Amino acid sequence: MSNIPENLRYTSSHEWVSEEDGVYTVGLTDFAQDSLGDLVFINLPQEGDEVVAGEAFCDVESVKAVSDVFSPVSGTVVEVNEELADAPELINDDPYGAWIVRVGEVAEVEDLLDAEGYAAVCESEA
Amino acid sequence: MGSYIPASAQETSELLDAVGIASLDDLYRQVPPEARIDKLDLPSGMSELEALAHLEDLADKDVRFRDVYRGAGAYRHYIPAIVKTVTSKEEFLTAYTPYQAEISQGVLQSIFEYQTQMCELTGMDVSNASVYDGATAAAEGLLMCLDRKRGTVVVSATAHPHVIETVRTYCASRNVPVTVVPAGDGLATDPAAIAAALDATVAAVYVQSPNRYGVIEDVAAIADAAHAAGAKLVQGFNPISLGILKTPREYGADVAVGEGQPLGLPLGFGGPYLGIMCATKDLMRKLPGRIVGETADAQGRRAYVLTLQAREQHIRREKASSNICSNEALCAMTASVYLAAMGDAGLRRAAELSYAHAHYLADRLGELGFALVSPKPFFHEFVTTVPGDAAAIEQALAGKGILCGLPIDEGMLWCATELNSKARIDALIDALKEVGLS
Amino acid sequence: MKLLFERSTPGHAHTILPELDVDMPALPEGAARGQRPHLPELAEIELGRHYTELAKQTHGVNDGFYPLGSCTMKYNPRVNEQAAALAGFADIHPLQPACTVQGALGVMAETADALAEICGMDAVTLQPAAGAHGEYTGLLLIRAYHLERGDTARTKIIVPDSAHGTNPASAVMAGFTVVSVPSNAQGGVDLDALRAAVGPDTAGLMLTNPNTLGLFDPNILEICRIVHEAGGLCYYDGANLNAVMGHARPGDMGFDCVHVNLHKTFSTPHGGGGPGSGPVGCKAFLSRYLPGPIVRKGEQGYELFKPEKSVGRVRSFHGNFLVVVRALTYITMLGAEGLPEASAHAVLNANYLMKRLEGSWFVPYGELCMHEFVIDVAPLKAETGVSAMDVAKRMLDFGIHPPTMYFPLIVHEALMVEPTETESKAELDAFIEIMDRIWQEAHEDGARLHEAPLACAIGRPDEVGAARNPHLRYEFGDLS
Repeated sequence: MSNIPENLRYTSSHEWVSEEDGVYTVGLTDFAQDSLGDLVFINLPQEGDEVVAGEAFCDVESVKAVSDVFSPVSGTVVEVNEELADAPELINDDPYGAWIVRVGEVAEVEDLLDAEGYAAVCESEA
Repeated sequence: MGSYIPASAQETSELLDAVGIASLDDLYRQVPPEARIDKLDLPSGMSELEALAHLEDLADKDVRFRDVYRGAGAYRHYIPAIVKTVTSKEEFLTAYTPYQAEISQGVLQSIFEYQTQMCELTGMDVSNASVYDGATAAAEGLLMCLDRKRGTVVVSATAHPHVIETVRTYCASRNVPVTVVPAGDGLATDPAAIAAALDATVAAVYVQSPNRYGVIEDVAAIADAAHAAGAKLVQGFNPISLGILKTPREYGADVAVGEGQPLGLPLGFGGPYLGIMCATKDLMRKLPGRIVGETADAQGRRAYVLTLQAREQHIRREKASSNICSNEALCAMTASVYLAAMGDAGLRRAAELSYAHAHYLADRLGELGFALVSPKPFFHEFVTTVPGDAAAIEQALAGKGILCGLPIDEGMLWCATELNSKARIDALIDALKEVGLS
Repeated sequence: MKLLFERSTPGHAHTILPELDVDMPALPEGAARGQRPHLPELAEIELGRHYTELAKQTHGVNDGFYPLGSCTMKYNPRVNEQAAALAGFADIHPLQPACTVQGALGVMAETADALAEICGMDAVTLQPAAGAHGEYTGLLLIRAYHLERGDTARTKIIVPDSAHGTNPASAVMAGFTVVSVPSNAQGGVDLDALRAAVGPDTAGLMLTNPNTLGLFDPNILEICRIVHEAGGLCYYDGANLNAVMGHARPGDMGFDCVHVNLHKTFSTPHGGGGPGSGPVGCKAFLSRYLPGPIVRKGEQGYELFKPEKSVGRVRSFHGNFLVVVRALTYITMLGAEGLPEASAHAVLNANYLMKRLEGSWFVPYGELCMHEFVIDVAPLKAETGVSAMDVAKRMLDFGIHPPTMYFPLIVHEALMVEPTETESKAELDAFIEIMDRIWQEAHEDGARLHEAPLACAIGRPDEVGAARNPHLRYEFGDLS
């Protein structure tokens, strides 16, 4: 059973989201990192990039797979976790610590799931 | 009829019985009758002896010249005897792509050695396992520089015409505008003209040196112009020339691409050849095609694997930046064996002999009125005027076993390598005097 | 094994080229190379032994059974090599006058004509250097056709979900977007899904038939009709042509253009990953768009010409000519009877293996396959924990190159088996025995198979480490 903290919100495409003062922090869930396996590379966006709710803004690679990361919000990237560029395995080690981007100037937020709703999604895909 | 099927009539009927069908024809019952055919309209098969004789008859219709003074993208160099011996080994010849690393360390290591040699040759940080040829390497080299903000490319008209055509094809289908900047004075690229063609949409500039006319370009100035405008420089190179000439890295190139044929591959009427692609470390993950990397097994034994595969089409599918699936592995191995046999000293000698012979040839041709069209420095090719009818000269020399320079719009494009010795060049001059020039 | 660079000793290399026989003019200022390249110095015997050692660590077709699905690892006849080595082919310049290369142009013309006949097409270019390159070229023809008619809305290429990864990648390179259609329960194209997918934006369909499950789609005529009625064209991925040579032709199935893989179907060697050759054939109405130059018979013999509306070159010169020579040698030997016989035996061998294995192994599709079939290891994995990867790696210990793993993507634990026609019944039986043994091992001690291979020069390499910290070249350190 994967770890799904109660204090975060989720998308059905396996991103987690937290919000503070209008800035949204986005990362990949424990379930996502576990299904992808050992990550070897992350193709990060740049600060200042516009992201659109429901569209891919980044991709992550394992040895034999590549997977898009979708933005739960529309807005502007205000910070990128550059540490991941050299160590994508941080997402495997600590998915809820290894945030990917922070998005500000948010114009739109997708309908997000709570922990219970997201647990149901994981169960259906397991 | 020739056949490579190791099945006797008895064995075939055993197989049919096991499958539960009466005849080979029953295997095709899924095929709609409208799509079936009874017979191919082809000649009947023949024995090995007859088939080879047929191919020999065809080969005999080709004229194999004793002396070749024609390059233009395909160069006849001496091929050390060890090269063919190695590349004819059945294991290398017949293996598939080394996806099963545990039984493919030989091929994988040879590609790793090739990548290392290409990096050493060009001065660049990384090399892929090769692509189809120099022209597709150039096209892929430009496309890998595209990003969200920069979607156009600039190409100097002094590049090989097949390179320009291939770049146009590859770019047209991706809706990437290509600006071809005409040659400046002396059949060389004018760095100022390149600079004038640059704007914030240009992802990369392509220049080839030595260029299609043999001229050594002012690559450093072109690189500066490209970088000043925020574009990458993709340099085409001739691998033999790097025995003595400045490397793409020394000129400031971001991507170095070249036709690897001069490294031990025969002329072969144009193929198979070898597309060399190298880049700076920053662009490593944008390189298309296969790449081999070093790693270890669980016991710590050194091992080589195909790596960074998530860039490639079989994983990224429609999101891949290139569709390339194979490389020219055996040609890459050929180049690697060639460079290993030659060593630095041998490569340098090949470059010096080519350079010196070409300059001697230019001098001697000058005596007969074939004047250099460009005052610029050249490597082993150069363009002259033609004091007479080019086609007539070509034909007359052909009768003497000599393939002369290539008639082009600007005159005649000559080439010399280590094979065109002083004695042979003198013989060419005598032959030219003999056939007359008009 | 040591690397070339680790075997290098200064002074060992022998002299290959002569001394300078003319003056060496000074290089222009600023043109000379600064840093010398580190190239190894080896005596010829050291070089020879190095590569002999590498050859021993390379599994070729002559090293054992090679049932690599979709790759057609058939025997590569020796006479092909002899023909390609003829000086009249190997030592001619691609820009010689046409009258001095009539033999080479003859090779191209004969090969193009034979491929056109085998595929049911009207014209063929030999320029593409590989299968993926051929796909790209074929799609350019489709693009040019729609654009010339002013039909700019046709931007989508339909690709079944069982397709090779090159198909969608080629479509994107050719400027299209990709629409994936699902397979039906029998592994073929879902006709309703196809009908729903086509429309005024359909440029064409890319299809492999038989498909990557080894099944000939019985609805093939209807599939092509649906696409044509919507205004699209049909592209045949010839990767699996070895199943149907001389029995069924893409042109008669309704396809408009096709590529073939000379390195699969026509017995030219794979070379460890190339060079291959991917000629493209098309119906007459598309021939004006072919990349130039192509060969035709003129008044003075064979000549090269560029079609009037050519999409342009896709590479330099005339393609991988020496590969074409090999393929023509093969076609010449087999001829009208031998080619269909080769295909029939390829299909027979695959069906024999499938019938013998499906007692224990799970074969999800087809009572009758074509030249290959797919085993799904998922039930075995559920039962024993042994995956397709484990099974494949164990085969290495028995000197067999494993089947294609984890493809097609629609079968999650796939092993795709293609024996080809050049394997004898004895070889097939030996493979069946090995599969039986692995089946037993999986049930007796499945955990041990996670460690396979157990008897190769190396165990499973650390691919994660390789990708996280790429070492892509030898580092010379301070040797300079």
